[in-house]
Amino acid sequence: MIIHTKSDIIPSEITPKEVFDNRRDFIQKSGFGLIAGAAAVISNPLSAATLSAIAGTAEGNGKPVGHANTSAIIKPFGPHQKIVGYSKTSYGTGEKLTAYDDVTSYNNYYEFGTDKSEPAINSKLFKPHPWTVSIEGEVKKNKTISIEDIYKLAPLEERIYRMRCVEGWSMVIPWIGLPLSQLIKWAEPNSNAKYVEFISLADPQQMPGQNIQVLDWPYIEGLRMDEAMNPLTIMAVGLYGEQLPNQNGAPMRLVTPWKYGFKGAKAIVKIRFTEKMPLTSWMKAGPNEYGFYANVNPQVEHPRWTQSSEKRIGAGLFAGRIKTQMFNGYTEQVGQMYAGLDLRKNF
Amino acid sequence: MLRFLTTIPNKKQMVWIKSFVFFVCLIPLIRLVLLGLQGSLTANPVEFIERSTGFWTLFILLATLCLTPIRLIFGRAWQIQLRRMLGLFMFFYACLHLTCYVWLDFSFDWAGVTKDIAKHPRILVGFAAFVLTIPLAITSNNAMMKRLRQRWKQLHQLVYFIAVLGVVHFWWLVKKDIREPLLYACILALLLGIRIYYKKVAIPKKSNPAKASG
Repeated sequence: MIIHTKSDIIPSEITPKEVFDNRRDFIQKSGFGLIAGAAAVISNPLSAATLSAIAGTAEGNGKPVGHANTSAIIKPFGPHQKIVGYSKTSYGTGEKLTAYDDVTSYNNYYEFGTDKSEPAINSKLFKPHPWTVSIEGEVKKNKTISIEDIYKLAPLEERIYRMRCVEGWSMVIPWIGLPLSQLIKWAEPNSNAKYVEFISLADPQQMPGQNIQVLDWPYIEGLRMDEAMNPLTIMAVGLYGEQLPNQNGAPMRLVTPWKYGFKGAKAIVKIRFTEKMPLTSWMKAGPNEYGFYANVNPQVEHPRWTQSSEKRIGAGLFAGRIKTQMFNGYTEQVGQMYAGLDLRKNF
Repeated sequence: MLRFLTTIPNKKQMVWIKSFVFFVCLIPLIRLVLLGLQGSLTANPVEFIERSTGFWTLFILLATLCLTPIRLIFGRAWQIQLRRMLGLFMFFYACLHLTCYVWLDFSFDWAGVTKDIAKHPRILVGFAAFVLTIPLAITSNNAMMKRLRQRWKQLHQLVYFIAVLGVVHFWWLVKKDIREPLLYACILALLLGIRIYYKKVAIPKKSNPAKASG
């Protein structure tokens, strides 16, 4: 699938230096004997450009893998390992990125503790590899896929997205991931599938926060099928050029930038296609506060937090608040999906 | 171990105790300033300062409410002399808390603040608690005490209500993990419970035989 964003950059504008550096880094780490894995059939012109940059110097190591649109190279798995061979996109140009340290130290991830500083500490021993995701529900047939194969399912892209938390703060994060639509195509849902349910890992041994019934574990989130297929929706596997840190949802998490942050289910182990709207963890915990859609909407107030404005993380002590935008500023891409829907009722 | 409670400090010792408590009460502020200078107020410094000043407001308030139960249980009253200072420190941290909210959080956007107070019960309750603290702070000096006499005591019983509002304000802040506010609610219930017990059960019992003999 080709992603047409409004201001597609032309291949010559892609920063070749970074790609080049990444390639070097990878070759050093993997050694020459290992398979670098490179391009086969490329449908995305952006990644085509990126990959030709790689292939140009890594000849001999390149080997087509199957017939899939392959690009990402992710060996070895581990903390701070760089992802090589993702393409840049024009999303989020002009936004100032939130510092890496802030993105990775200020997390709402109750599986590792309810304080925002806890996930970074309590997730240190978490093992995101090996990892398999099972696909079930309204599908042609149930199947499983490894995280390695998910990396290869589609060319990985960098998407710089705003993230707005329901608590009234926001960040700008350079995610790396693949469009969820690619994973869904592979999953082959049948015609009964109206919704997608995302189920996170339940393992109190690895996730100490689950020893307390703050939420009904496992964490469950969901999307309507058209929301899941929207080009903005991605399965993120990395950020800031490296594999997703544990505290950010390793090895794979959902990112829907026009919705409040809690929609982004982390450490997903199961994707279930359903006919009925899934009951998400937060809907169960507070039905009057958290709806299924959870679209960023400055007009619909939350009982606890101001939703008309937000604090941008990293802006400084005296920066004040910025206005929250409808659909977090992504109305053009997602607005049409909610035409005719009363967003006050369906919050 | 509790001997310090049963020996009554003399005037000089009391000055030392008060100076010590005064310094201890400044530690949370000093800590915030030092963390601020180091730039280690977390990714969300405004929230951190709000949380910290809010926590210390509630903590000092509960500490203030401990003094009477200590008198009731141990029969010693010298610690009551610390009550005014603790109460004023509670007011001091409440002021910092509100200043942080109005200035750092909302940059003096009064329309935004008004809307926030009106739309969110949590903020309304906190704001009400603060407003009720103001008359207590104003009437905390000896002159006002003398002037108001019996009504001073009635007025300052507002502190129980303020404490309840404070705990509710914190309870409504947390999304789901209520352990911490629950702890403060329990402490407050205990502190108020002791008062009620002595008022309704313990003291009437003592005075009953006196009544019978008289």
